[in-house]
Amino acid sequence: MSGQLDQQEMARLQGIKNKERMKIPRQDMPEQPAAERRKNFIEVPHGYAEMTAVIEANRCIQCKKPACRAGCPVGIDIPAFIARVAAGDFEGGIRKMKETNMLPAICGRVCPQEEQCEKVCILAKTKQPVAIGRLERFVADWEREQGKVEIPAVGPPSGKSVGVVGSGPAGLTVAIDLRRAGHEVVIYEALHAPGGVLIYGIPEFRLPKRIVHSEVEVVRRMGVEIRYNQVIGKIETVADLLGRHDAVFLGTGAGLPWFMGLPGENLGGVYSANEYLTRSNLMRAYDFPRVDTPIAKSRKVAVIGGGNVAMDSARTAVRLGAEEVYLVYRRSEVEMPGRNEEIEHAKEEGVIMKILHNPIRYLGDEKGRVRQMECIRMELGEPDASGRRRPIPVAGSEFILEVDTVVVAIGNGPNPLVPQTTEGLAVDARRGTIKTNLNTMRTSKLGVFAGGDIAIGAATVILAMGHGRQAARSINHYLETGKWEIEFLPGQEPTEETR
Amino acid sequence: MPETGEVIKNTILAEKVNCYQVYAPAIAAKRMAGQFVIVRLDEEGERIPLTIADADTAAGTITLVVQEVGKSTARMARFKVGQKFTDVVGPLGTATHIEKRGTVVVVGGGIGIAPAHPIAQALRRAGNRVISILGARSKDLVIMEAEMQKASDEVLICTDDGSYGVHGLVTDVLKGIIDKQGKPDQVFAIGPVVMMKFVSMLTKEFSIPTVVSLNPIMVDGTGMCGGCRVTIGGKTKFGCVDGPEFDGHLVDFDELVQRQAFYREQEQESLASFQHHCERHKV
Repeated sequence: MSGQLDQQEMARLQGIKNKERMKIPRQDMPEQPAAERRKNFIEVPHGYAEMTAVIEANRCIQCKKPACRAGCPVGIDIPAFIARVAAGDFEGGIRKMKETNMLPAICGRVCPQEEQCEKVCILAKTKQPVAIGRLERFVADWEREQGKVEIPAVGPPSGKSVGVVGSGPAGLTVAIDLRRAGHEVVIYEALHAPGGVLIYGIPEFRLPKRIVHSEVEVVRRMGVEIRYNQVIGKIETVADLLGRHDAVFLGTGAGLPWFMGLPGENLGGVYSANEYLTRSNLMRAYDFPRVDTPIAKSRKVAVIGGGNVAMDSARTAVRLGAEEVYLVYRRSEVEMPGRNEEIEHAKEEGVIMKILHNPIRYLGDEKGRVRQMECIRMELGEPDASGRRRPIPVAGSEFILEVDTVVVAIGNGPNPLVPQTTEGLAVDARRGTIKTNLNTMRTSKLGVFAGGDIAIGAATVILAMGHGRQAARSINHYLETGKWEIEFLPGQEPTEETR
Repeated sequence: MPETGEVIKNTILAEKVNCYQVYAPAIAAKRMAGQFVIVRLDEEGERIPLTIADADTAAGTITLVVQEVGKSTARMARFKVGQKFTDVVGPLGTATHIEKRGTVVVVGGGIGIAPAHPIAQALRRAGNRVISILGARSKDLVIMEAEMQKASDEVLICTDDGSYGVHGLVTDVLKGIIDKQGKPDQVFAIGPVVMMKFVSMLTKEFSIPTVVSLNPIMVDGTGMCGGCRVTIGGKTKFGCVDGPEFDGHLVDFDELVQRQAFYREQEQESLASFQHHCERHKV
């Protein structure tokens, strides 16, 4: 009876002492067995059942000064929403959640909670932290499945209008918050579907498209207009947008894949992770030839990189039917930037970790298709600028790996289309990012704000959402006061403590 | 009022060559010679990059000339007037750099004649003497001759089988111009990769600046996927944002041919299953 609430047990849990609370083990989330999920694109974890969520929520000891809240980039009142779940009031839980986070079904799935809220949970000092992310996902899914999704109230019309470029996590967040303040909001999206990286980058088995669509539907029903197929910088410039909007927010993301410049990198079968994932996710190439977009039929795939995008690519390759999938990473597993959960999932699904390896060149056949990859072994030396131990090639350790597909997942730079076509917009020459004040989210151009990957380089979904929230505050302030030249938003000036 | 993406006209220019007029007023107003759009037919469709052949700002339409080569283009050919391509994105890519050079030869091969047309027009407007060479396999595949006559000072035609114009290749005709009239100041070549390769080889010999328009496989068309990588003078460039036009003397054409062929087997499989479906259902 896992789906039903046990009223007696709930009452008991409500009455127990913190000491006892802390003895409740962290509740597991059921998931598809690895052997099964290797063959499908269905989401891996199933989510908590109601009673499991209640039990997990009862592990929270409701700290007086909750560190988790400060650890959240959007400042969700975590203890308050968890208290409601603990009492079986799921509707109250989701309402509390949505006071600060309008996209919990997404955050609950893709946020690196272990680096944020859960990392600083008081329980983490002696035991496992409260599963905040899983509870977040639970309340969001519960709301959607109950058909109780509430459309947030929209403020009285302000007479102001804001153009938002990009419908990724930053753009969606800024749009919601501005609409709440009563401004008219138009989102300009370059692709044919909304969500940015949520839709083209993160695979179905980690973030189902229907979740993204239903969260976007809320945005739309708030009265935000989303115009698709609008490549700003081409069909219109930022200056054009400023002609009919009072402010513009740029959330164009990290849409410029990096390659390593190795010999043979342009052979057929060598993909950027962006292309590989876009073909599989956005274009649904796994369903070829029912859909028109093809993707390589691979036997042996090497994914280069150690981040979440590399894990997503490797796990996609497994599901597309590759016999062997290698993850080639130049440092050791400790240094991998990917989430532990993703790394573990990849391993369970049979991805072969080739840590302390680096590609040197790719070799092709007479048709120009990649057939082999020459690798070199690496060892770790002294720490580098990133604080991680620097990988050093081991002389003479080169060897050949047979591959027919390579996915380069070493990161992305900011997409240059908007920076290149916007006069008066200062750009960081080395990183290609738009120079942005990270308190006011203002750029060097009057009326233009920026956030997410275009402002700081490739980061996380939640950080982009945090930027969107802060940008909306700043845009509201600008539209109300007309003041542009400020260093900090009122009330957010650094204090002696934070300086 | 039609909707963006609506097919206003679909005419057959030659066997398996269709000319579409598509309602896309914003793109029609903005596009410049050399730029392209991405079309997605419907929810199952791939993103197809197509060079814009022409635009009518008054009617709000863009013109696309498309040859049936695979499933997507075969499906496209079945679109009737009033039906709508789900997505039309553009104008993408950088516009042709047009300047007054003197005498400029514009080479259009096959359906490459269509995108060559606005370039010829723009070159002439800039004060150049424009000689156009139209090449095709046979007479019925020579398209847009009248339009090219209007846009050029001189038009020379050649066919592989000799059924129209000179019996020979565009490079033979270009060589003839160089021999008889002297070196032109610039050459534009748009058509099959092999044609652009041989035109570029010939003009390199005579040191004539040459621009080619490349059509690598791409997905988004905004620089995000990198599928359209081409090697230009030893450096990797993205066809969608750095191109589609490049210095023909620097392009690695052989790599481009191989990259374009990467999905050939899957494309054939996909086309075959589509044709089989059409036959069975008599559509």
